[in-house]
Amino acid sequence: MRGSFRQSMAWLHTWSGLVVGWVLFAIFVTGTASYYRTDISRWMRPELSQAAPVATADLPKAAERAVAYLEQHAPKAKTWFIGLPQPDRPLLDLFWRNRPGEPPSHVLLDPATGTEAVLRDTEGGDFLYRFHYELHMPPLWGRWVVGTCAMIMLVALISGIVTHKRIFADFFTFRRDKAPRRSFLDAHNVTGVLALPFHLMITYTGVVALATFYMPWGVTAAYKGDTRAFFTEAGWITAPRLPIGRPAPPAPLGPMIEQAQASVSERLERLTVTHFGDAQATIVAMFEEPHGLAHTPTHIAFDGASGALLEIRGGDLKPAAKTVSTLIGLHVAHFADTGLRLLFFLCGIMGSAMVATGLVLWSLARLPRASERPFFGLRLVQALNIGSVAGLPAAIAVYFLANRLLPTELASRAEWEIRAFFAAWIIAALIPLARPHRRAWSEMLALVAMLCLAVAAADIAMVEAHPLRRLSGGEVLFLWFDGAMLTLAALFAVAARKVSARARIRPRHGRLSAVYTKTRAGPACVATAKSLS
Amino acid sequence: MRERLSVAGRVVLAAGGGYGLAGLATALLSLTLPLARPEAVAAATLASFVLMPAVAVAVFATRSLRRAALALAGSALVLGGLVGLAMRGAP
Repeated sequence: MRGSFRQSMAWLHTWSGLVVGWVLFAIFVTGTASYYRTDISRWMRPELSQAAPVATADLPKAAERAVAYLEQHAPKAKTWFIGLPQPDRPLLDLFWRNRPGEPPSHVLLDPATGTEAVLRDTEGGDFLYRFHYELHMPPLWGRWVVGTCAMIMLVALISGIVTHKRIFADFFTFRRDKAPRRSFLDAHNVTGVLALPFHLMITYTGVVALATFYMPWGVTAAYKGDTRAFFTEAGWITAPRLPIGRPAPPAPLGPMIEQAQASVSERLERLTVTHFGDAQATIVAMFEEPHGLAHTPTHIAFDGASGALLEIRGGDLKPAAKTVSTLIGLHVAHFADTGLRLLFFLCGIMGSAMVATGLVLWSLARLPRASERPFFGLRLVQALNIGSVAGLPAAIAVYFLANRLLPTELASRAEWEIRAFFAAWIIAALIPLARPHRRAWSEMLALVAMLCLAVAAADIAMVEAHPLRRLSGGEVLFLWFDGAMLTLAALFAVAARKVSARARIRPRHGRLSAVYTKTRAGPACVATAKSLS
Repeated sequence: MRERLSVAGRVVLAAGGGYGLAGLATALLSLTLPLARPEAVAAATLASFVLMPAVAVAVFATRSLRRAALALAGSALVLGGLVGLAMRGAP
């Protein structure tokens, strides 16, 4: 392209970053929140504080109750997914789809009685988790959009690294300066470079997590497109079995589970029941991953009619398959305990900040002179910037608020929580359009701070078992969650203050901005580095 | 205007060409890597996600659009031909 190699890379970095920036920001934020998916789900179901934990010895009985419920309510479904009670979610989690394409059904059961659990209807952290890779769109569309954005993110990372002549020196550079562009540039560099290994890892492993979906051509060539045959041969799953269409009385589930539990030391996590009632029915027991980087849970398959053990899978993978498992394991970070999880979370925040500062930088570098009117593209980018960078956190806070404030018996309550999320996002993106740009930033950031405060307040007000309302006991999770909300509120309040303080200083349009605006393609780093040196 | 067309051309070339080339390379390596079948497919698929952004970056780094298009078309033809041969050789 025009100019030197580095200039064309700078151009590529600027524009590839801009076109996917807003979606990437949403992917980063919801993905970062997903490191605490189970904690969020637990917080959003405060009724669970009263539920007693389920011992592993009680899991076989609980599983039989789940199957009894499914026989009655989902006889047409080909496959039943049964999540067994876990320490952080002492409930049976049933999931099935009556026909392909139909929306799935999802029910929580009390493991002691096998009846539907009495608790508020919510998607919990699963909504943010699924939004992270499907954007609440039809799954195929959402995954392609997210995958495309991830590939462009890889391109932006590679070209960003190439652009960065002084990558090591900039690592230690932060110029807290009156010129906002320079401190935004440094913030972009610091958040980008400091967590660069994380950004590269998380983007690449994110694509790998859906590898054969995005790049099925290897499977097409070597397996004639049969992905399940590939997964089976690679050793990730047990061999799929087709129904033979002859009914056979199912073997009791309890003894199979006891046999499986006796041979694996990890906790039983899930059961997959296929073609229940057929002579070739299959029951697969999946266990928690063994400790380690790789995502290699043990699978044990049983014949549903005879109860005989068919095969045991897991752990014994060949190098390339093991690499795939390890990459996926790195992405989901199930191996991380409290400290490491927090580090991953902070890296995710830095990734979100890198995207956000990059977007703001684009608009700062194109600010018109005092006499000129901003051109349409700039206004659009500015509006989208506020709408995503402040709008999404506002929407998530409203999602949490809705969980506490909507009446518990409201019909399709879980959907209303999601509607509240999107309504808040749309409103938060529209309001700034009617306000002067800088004031809109500080107002929206202040609004997010207040919403975070409101979440903590609503939590204390609405949850009777909240530890702050008791003299002793209560679940510590609520304190952590509210503490995190208060921290976020403080951060957003500081940001709002900074922006409104800045708004009072008239932006300068000195030599620096002239250099940069002229070489619009030039990367901020090269332009500023040159003009400063 | 000419510049805009050139940028549009590069975007199409980087996206379509990058994905196409990565897909062909994945198919070829899946069939020809001297590994067990699932290992070859897994390794080839992993490599494709490095190849695709690399091709995209190269398309934008090349001085002229025509040169990038020719290089990409040439590689695609060679890879396609090899995939055809490998498919015929495969059982």
